[in-house]
Amino acid sequence: MRELWKNRRGRTILGIFVTAVLLAMICLAGWMWSDEALLTDLSQKNLAPCWAHPFGTDFMGRDMFIRTVTGLSMSIRLGVLTAFASAVLAALLGIGAAVLGKTADSVITWAIDLIMGIPHILLLILISYAFGKGFLGVAVGITLTHWTSLARILRGEVLQLSESRYVKMARKLGHGAGYISRVHMIPHILPQFFTGLILMFPHAVMHEASITFLGFGLSPEQPAIGIILSESMKYLSMGYWWLSLLPGAFLVAVVLLFHWLGHSVSALLDPDSAHV
Amino acid sequence: MKLNIVMKKALRLVLLLLGVSAAAFFLVSISPIDPLQTNIGQAALGSMTEEQIETLRQYWGVDVPAGERFLYWLSDAVRGDFGTSLLYRRPVMEVIGEKAGYSLGLMTFAWIISGVVGFLLGVISGACKERLPDRFITGGALFLSGTPAFWIALVFLTVFAVELGWFPVGLAVPMGVPADQVTLWDKLYHACLPALTLSVTGISNIALHTREKMVQVMESDYVLFARARGEDPRSVVLRHGLRNVILPAMTLQLGSISEILGGSVLVEQVFSYPGLGQAAVTAGLGGDVPLLLGITILSAILVFAGNLAADLLYSVVDPRMKKGGEPR
Amino acid sequence: MSEQNLNTLLKIRDLSIDFLQYERGLRRRITHPVSHLNLDVEAGQMVAIVGASGSGKSLLAHAVLGILPYNAVMTGTMEFDGQELTKKRIETLRGTEICLVPQGVSWLDPLMKVGSQVKDRSALACYGLGPEVDQMYPFELSGGMARRVLLATATSRTPRLVIADEPTPGLPLDRARRALSHLRDMAEDGAGVLLITHDVELALEVSDRIAVMHEGTVVENALAGDFPYPQRLNHPYAKALSRALPQNEFFGGGAI
Repeated sequence: MRELWKNRRGRTILGIFVTAVLLAMICLAGWMWSDEALLTDLSQKNLAPCWAHPFGTDFMGRDMFIRTVTGLSMSIRLGVLTAFASAVLAALLGIGAAVLGKTADSVITWAIDLIMGIPHILLLILISYAFGKGFLGVAVGITLTHWTSLARILRGEVLQLSESRYVKMARKLGHGAGYISRVHMIPHILPQFFTGLILMFPHAVMHEASITFLGFGLSPEQPAIGIILSESMKYLSMGYWWLSLLPGAFLVAVVLLFHWLGHSVSALLDPDSAHV
Repeated sequence: MKLNIVMKKALRLVLLLLGVSAAAFFLVSISPIDPLQTNIGQAALGSMTEEQIETLRQYWGVDVPAGERFLYWLSDAVRGDFGTSLLYRRPVMEVIGEKAGYSLGLMTFAWIISGVVGFLLGVISGACKERLPDRFITGGALFLSGTPAFWIALVFLTVFAVELGWFPVGLAVPMGVPADQVTLWDKLYHACLPALTLSVTGISNIALHTREKMVQVMESDYVLFARARGEDPRSVVLRHGLRNVILPAMTLQLGSISEILGGSVLVEQVFSYPGLGQAAVTAGLGGDVPLLLGITILSAILVFAGNLAADLLYSVVDPRMKKGGEPR
Repeated sequence: MSEQNLNTLLKIRDLSIDFLQYERGLRRRITHPVSHLNLDVEAGQMVAIVGASGSGKSLLAHAVLGILPYNAVMTGTMEFDGQELTKKRIETLRGTEICLVPQGVSWLDPLMKVGSQVKDRSALACYGLGPEVDQMYPFELSGGMARRVLLATATSRTPRLVIADEPTPGLPLDRARRALSHLRDMAEDGAGVLLITHDVELALEVSDRIAVMHEGTVVENALAGDFPYPQRLNHPYAKALSRALPQNEFFGGGAI
């Protein structure tokens, strides 16, 4: 254990473990508290942070800490789900563009340009409108907007690999496409895929919060983090700073944890990027 | 630049805009949201006569098939007529023109400030790799990149407007003042905090990228050789560093118009700033399809223009491209 | 090595360079690309360091110029002109008294005109480069021109120690000879020249001494006149290099 701590790689792995457990705990706690988050107690309304209510209470006397954790739990679950869907989409389309021939390539590349040509938030508004707002709208929206850059990376990687000397050699030796992709392609693509997937989490969580904040995402009854922050705006001028500051800071912390997790995993998978 | 390249770019823009409008139109047409219910309300609809409702249905275009509506819209749009905003009851172009007046100033300011500040921070950070300034700047930039724009806006609003009272709490002009009595100073004063917020949200991207590029340059053979020739660190950064990172930085900043646009939607919402972003949100929430389409098309054009400018910049400024050499 | 020469310009004793690296997984690895290396360069002499690529030749040059990467740890002593070559002293000497002739055109700033990268523009003319070269960018130079420009960067003042890092690869033989003869001229003018190369034959043509580098250290230090005779050499690797020379193969000496 001490040996592990001395070594930076060891520390990284430990950190990844701790971070993952922490995020999972938030996720679980929010799940379990989903009823408590709606509990109102009008005798306890608009309280500043104190021991009983570390994040204070809102205008209906709801405990903001519980609401924040529940909202974040929702965001994390939604973020993980959409990031997964988006990464799978990226893999399918990115690899498809590289191997399905010229027409498929130009169609997919064009689609990528198209999606990148509209600001994310605007596209999210459009998609969420198309699906009648609510959970489905956000989920589909984030899935459809986040796959492009990973797809581009995977496409480039596959193209480069299929031009590489050892793949050409394997073809000459008469190995089939299945063998080549299993032995020469997948080991190179997989780390890229996982890195891209994990780095997508923070963006997905952030965009979920943003679109919900604007009023397109989850419905106002749900204690989503975007809803909490959107509600807090009404009480800003009354000086109830804790309603926006603390839940937002918690959201930032979760996004940063995901970000750190992604970078650590990618540094582990790709040692070239991490010297000293 | 050769003519056929210009033609190619123009064709790409046309195709892109066609794609964007078709995709946007498709998305709004499959929406289950009934604009009548959203904007007039169930109760009000119930008290209306059949004929009144029929007029409204026609006004909101509820019964015309989507494909047909798209063709109508498109044939008008190519002539510069983007229809009438259903919520503002004025031509879309007029609404966009008014809103853009507020937004473009905000975005231009934020674009320049975030570009310049981010670039300088990135250069300093990259030149001091792994030392204290680098750790501070990289840490700060990473923190910012993980912070949603709207929360930064909320924090700034709380701190600078509510608690310290340095800036107004929202809106583009003072409340209750007739439009003809609003001074330029009033407008600038109200734009200050939103512009500042938007600048801050744009810094991290360019700072981090410039740092990466700067680190690459500082580890390059030619910087090694410059040091071997006796150039001191200051001269290395100023003579070789800046020269080699400014082009990629400008390209990146031109390519990040999409992010600034997205950020402005959130920031305007927090500050109740009546710009394009807020109009897009209102249009989306209220089912104002023509306005939403108009704003989408406009932002697609802006993003395309940014990317085009980045391309042109390379071919005009980079000697390797200018003299027909291979780009790196 | 013979006793201390009076006009020894560069004296390196027990030089080691270590690198700290991380590998996949948890392992941390320390590599020793240069270990316990001794070397002397006299004024007016040309010393060639020969060895396979990856034997640490370039790192040696970078150590003398104080431009090792940040994760390198250097131990041992270096003296220049009888005084210890400290980090501070290197910084004042490099570019004026100690000059580097780098490997290739990538060592020139790609976005800066050639003229601005050569301290003394008249040096370009010395190597038969016309005034138009002054206004060119590095990517516009042909291979031969680039080589001469790189030489010109070093000779803009009269250096006392010139370190040439692989100045010949990719050049046709006559061009390579000409490039080396320029370096030889610098030695004739009184400078110490350290030529780093993997081309033993060419090195023999111009150098006074040959230092053979193998696995990070100098294993053989021979007069150029002795080098073609394997029996006069001590280390097996140096003997093998000597036997591989074309003249030895011709005489049947190449058979190991």
